[in-house]
Amino acid sequence: MAVKNSTYIRRNWQLYLLLVLPVIYFLVFKYGPMYGVQIAFKEFNFFQGIGGSEWVGLDIFREVFHSNDFFKALRNTLLLNLLDLIVSFPAPLILAIMLYELRIVWFKKFAQTILYIPHFISWVIIGGIVLQVFGTESGFINNMLTGMGLDAIPFLSNKNYWLVTYLLVGVWQSAGWGTILYLAALTGINKELFEAAEVDGAGRFKKILHISLPGIKTTIATLLIINLGNMISIGFDRPFIVGNVAVRDYSEVLSTFVYRVGIESGQISLATAVGLFQALVGLIFLLAANYASKKLADESIL
Amino acid sequence: MSERTSNRIFDIFNVLIITFVILLCLMPFIHIIAISLSSTRPIMSGLVTFFPREFNINAYTKVFSDMAMIRSLGFTIMLTVLATVLSMVMTIAVAYSLSKKDLRGRKWFMLIIVITMFFSGGIIPDYILVRNLHLLDTVWALVLPGLISPFYMIILISFFNSIPKSLEEAAEIDGTTHLGTLLRIILPLSLPSLATLSLFYAVGRWNGFQDALMYINRPDLYPLQLKLYQMIQNNQVSELMQQEGLGMAQLMPESLKAASVVFSTVPILIVYPFLQRYFISGMMVGAVKG
Repeated sequence: MAVKNSTYIRRNWQLYLLLVLPVIYFLVFKYGPMYGVQIAFKEFNFFQGIGGSEWVGLDIFREVFHSNDFFKALRNTLLLNLLDLIVSFPAPLILAIMLYELRIVWFKKFAQTILYIPHFISWVIIGGIVLQVFGTESGFINNMLTGMGLDAIPFLSNKNYWLVTYLLVGVWQSAGWGTILYLAALTGINKELFEAAEVDGAGRFKKILHISLPGIKTTIATLLIINLGNMISIGFDRPFIVGNVAVRDYSEVLSTFVYRVGIESGQISLATAVGLFQALVGLIFLLAANYASKKLADESIL
Repeated sequence: MSERTSNRIFDIFNVLIITFVILLCLMPFIHIIAISLSSTRPIMSGLVTFFPREFNINAYTKVFSDMAMIRSLGFTIMLTVLATVLSMVMTIAVAYSLSKKDLRGRKWFMLIIVITMFFSGGIIPDYILVRNLHLLDTVWALVLPGLISPFYMIILISFFNSIPKSLEEAAEIDGTTHLGTLLRIILPLSLPSLATLSLFYAVGRWNGFQDALMYINRPDLYPLQLKLYQMIQNNQVSELMQQEGLGMAQLMPESLKAASVVFSTVPILIVYPFLQRYFISGMMVGAVKG
């Protein structure tokens, strides 16, 4: 404030120059599509474009809410996310505590290196691996089962087995990577606490229970809340790749539904309306989660 | 004394369990490598587990002699490098400016960027935008829409902020401009973070296929992952292989698919160890300050 505007600009114009292209990027590629959201309220026609298409009010949404496929996709999204939360959420926590307790430094580093790798593999490739491992005809696990005289398990074609496969693959892909934040938090715990506990005669389990876990409880709470906030948003790649026609009843989630209805069947308005519904509900979930984390853990995500 | 024994037992079990988890992590890869190096008969009769049976490298010979595959690899490498460089330049530019706490209007810039993390038009409006900009079936459809990640930007801002201010002030007293400070002082000190984010951008681009699925119809612009997807899902063998017809008879798609999977994973695995040591510290700086 003490500095005059002209001096301020002269001194800092380069900073604003650096902002020009990124800001244009965000306006065009992030806010541009928001303009397109209006086609959820229009009968979209490619020739007339976004602006020229006719307004139809809430008709499209009425159509969405009368569609069984939509509700199935919504249910699956919530179901898969909830199961993922139960199965995949504790995995990195347990793994991180075990890694933290490792005393051989080279082994610890080696373990981390290997455990992170699946996170860097594309879902397309994981899809290929899943077929090789879980396939009914020539899958590795079923080969072993039939080799032992047991029946093959339809991991990919039976709905319930598919759910298990989907969850296992998720744990496999993300558990190692998920340890990073917990390990960071564990490293931040004051070492003297462990020494004091040792003097008091606490064993390893006692130390984990009374020092490690409480020491990272805000990290756990924050990640849990973020997960809850993302209940309705779901990535496209994993259900799209791991899913197949036989298990569509469970594998069709909102993101794949929008893709199929919009891009494949060309029902642009309907797909936009579903996407908008998902974005709005997601935003509400997220704000609620943020509010909750502020109250509970005194930590805000936003 | 019993305390020491129980400690040892704990350690032994811990190492055993972690070793088991590591094996679980690696087994699918080992299996797929074994498949890619085996011949059809043992694969079909389910004999291949972790060791190749009737070892041969036919599948790899096929993959490497498939011009479409090689072209796709070249295109994907080019695409990844281009997208990563542009993403990094843009992310550095925006993060450096916004790391200046006293920049006027900083709050507003932050706001318009952070909002996009939580609300977006959705894939259909994205598609229409790309279509209206005439980017469909061009390289730019795969580069531009995901150019800057607000999340990575925030990580970089907190990294820039962790660099002692006195260094910048010293440079300013010497009359260096902002750009000069950025290039000569900030960037050299930020190499770990820059390496980390480059790896993330590059892996994201390398592994991405949804945008290609939506925006690209020209086969010569198919990135590797999309090609692979079609190969695995449709059991399609690429054009050249089909033309060869009978030459394919002894070679089953299974080993070929496996070889293609290995083929498109190896580049990531080559880069990964070099950058791995950076990303833990890089991630932590961003995450802990969050």
